[in-house]
Amino acid sequence: MTAWLQRNTIAVLILLLLAFVAVVEMIKPGTINGVWLSNTLLFAAPLGILAAGQTLVMLTGGIDLSVVSVATGAAFLMTTTSLRVGDTGAVAIGLALGLIVGLVNGIGIAVLRVQPLVMTLGTGLMTQGIIIVYSQRILSTRSVVPDFIHTLGSGRLADAIPVDLFLWVPIAAVTIYGLARTGFGRLLYAVGDNREACYLAGIRVWRVLLADYAICGVLAAVAGIVLVGNTNSADLGLADTYLLPSVASVIIGGTSIFGGRGGYAGSIVGALILTVLNGLLTLLDSPEPVKQILYGAIIFLLATAYTRLTD
Amino acid sequence: MEQVTTPTQHHSGRRTDRLRKLLARHAALVGMPLFLVVFLAATVAIHPDFNAFDAQSLAMAALPLAFAAAAQAVVVISGGIDLSIGSVMAVANVLAARTMEEADFGTSLLLAAAILLAGAVVGAVNGALVVVSRVPDVIVTLTTGFIWGGVALLILERPGGGAPDDFLALATGTFGTPWLSNSLILLAVSVAVIWIPVRASKTGLRLYAIGSDRVAAFRSGVAIGPSRIVAYIVGGLFSSIGGIGLTMTTGIGSPRAGVLYTLSGLAAVVIGSVSLVGGRGGVVGPVIAAFVLTLIPSDLIFLNIDPNFGQVIQGTLIVLVVMAGGLATLARTRK
Repeated sequence: MTAWLQRNTIAVLILLLLAFVAVVEMIKPGTINGVWLSNTLLFAAPLGILAAGQTLVMLTGGIDLSVVSVATGAAFLMTTTSLRVGDTGAVAIGLALGLIVGLVNGIGIAVLRVQPLVMTLGTGLMTQGIIIVYSQRILSTRSVVPDFIHTLGSGRLADAIPVDLFLWVPIAAVTIYGLARTGFGRLLYAVGDNREACYLAGIRVWRVLLADYAICGVLAAVAGIVLVGNTNSADLGLADTYLLPSVASVIIGGTSIFGGRGGYAGSIVGALILTVLNGLLTLLDSPEPVKQILYGAIIFLLATAYTRLTD
Repeated sequence: MEQVTTPTQHHSGRRTDRLRKLLARHAALVGMPLFLVVFLAATVAIHPDFNAFDAQSLAMAALPLAFAAAAQAVVVISGGIDLSIGSVMAVANVLAARTMEEADFGTSLLLAAAILLAGAVVGAVNGALVVVSRVPDVIVTLTTGFIWGGVALLILERPGGGAPDDFLALATGTFGTPWLSNSLILLAVSVAVIWIPVRASKTGLRLYAIGSDRVAAFRSGVAIGPSRIVAYIVGGLFSSIGGIGLTMTTGIGSPRAGVLYTLSGLAAVVIGSVSLVGGRGGVVGPVIAAFVLTLIPSDLIFLNIDPNFGQVIQGTLIVLVVMAGGLATLARTRK
């Protein structure tokens, strides 16, 4: 039984997801329908995209704590520049922030061998600080979410399919395919498994890591832009609550924080589980602190169960 | 031509070598006070009216961060990390403000002792969860931080509460001269009373051992799990004093105020011991770094610069310090 579970972790995760869905249906019969499914997917997309970047860096044994600052910063930059430089330009500026922070992370971690946790903590604080200073400089500027971003983050095609899926599904496909079938993807696993061996085999490890963190930064920016399309207003705490879920969905999804093991498919299911859990706690109608405690406790139990199972 | 070393040369070479090693081992202990003195001198230079009142407000503002740094430092020394420190501080902060509001001085002291005990228990829970679950400490404390944050909100939903004035004076008053803030004494005494006995005992040695090489420590007979839990307990103690300090210096409890201190405290540890590598460093370096980090925003105000740049500088400082450390290692290995 355990051996089967260990071989089919994705199947276990999907069963777990279905169990959560069943609990939702039990607590409030009639909840599970097309609209619920559509909503869940809509809300899961930004988290799923954040988790994609987090998966890529965690596969190499790293972590990125700057993703929430980058997501918030990208969304804020985009909404405040869209009137001046046009919608496309504003999106480009937002994505550029992600690329820059990602590259700085990459240089520190790949070239100067700084611990990922410390490096991304520093760049996260920097990004957040810069955005706060910037926000006070431009008080007079109106912040506008471009129409097509609003559609991307909250629209539905034919009243059923969330538009953000058209961004998330390709990202997911490229990530899963890239990890399994491309040289770069296999290198991420290799570096996470044994950095020294990779170096001795002639791999330029620093290039792999630099590209990895740059991609993670850009994905964080994309997630922030999708998120602000959903909330339709960029405040400075936009993505604050996403740090724990972004890491937790990857862990629950079976990627080892020590690197070399896991993949994005698990993270997707992890992101869906956390989104369903969030909806479930909202259904319970309990006060906010209780929800927060339950959310944390369940994430901890899932992570523990998973670690036990795969160790 | 072969070089001949005379015995005396050899001897003095060894002595400077030993001195260098000593300096290298206690780099933070020598470097950080110097760093602080430079910053203080700069502060006085740009703000010549720096007076006792400024010194007092600096000491008060740095108090909670200094305890957050001390808490994180102990866990980092043992080779771990604790991302829940800010939330534990928040719990202590609101517990103090909620229970002491109507209390007199004596009762407040008893309550403070009870909160310290609670802090140690919370630390023990964090440590036990890390050890028992076998989930990496980053993940565990990120989640427990979320949970303790919820607990703080449960105790006090919005900022409020208070404590008797003579209790607050333990941090807000001055001792003897107006230049010597009570909060400095509180900090020095707490760190000395908690850390010196731990550091001097076998327990302290075990903390350093498991932080520097866990396998070697295990083979030498160190019980890894209990020792890790001890580190989190000491961290919980420091966090809860920091939370009470927050009540003393702000006069109220606010469930979301403590959360900021997780990352700033980590920043102080990185700057104060130049890395997050376990098994080395101490508590004093990070505590002094906390003062430097507190000075930065106030210096910016004196310079008429937006104090919000403080966070940018804090982040930049972390990045520069660790990058310089990385560069030094790189240069050494290339040689």
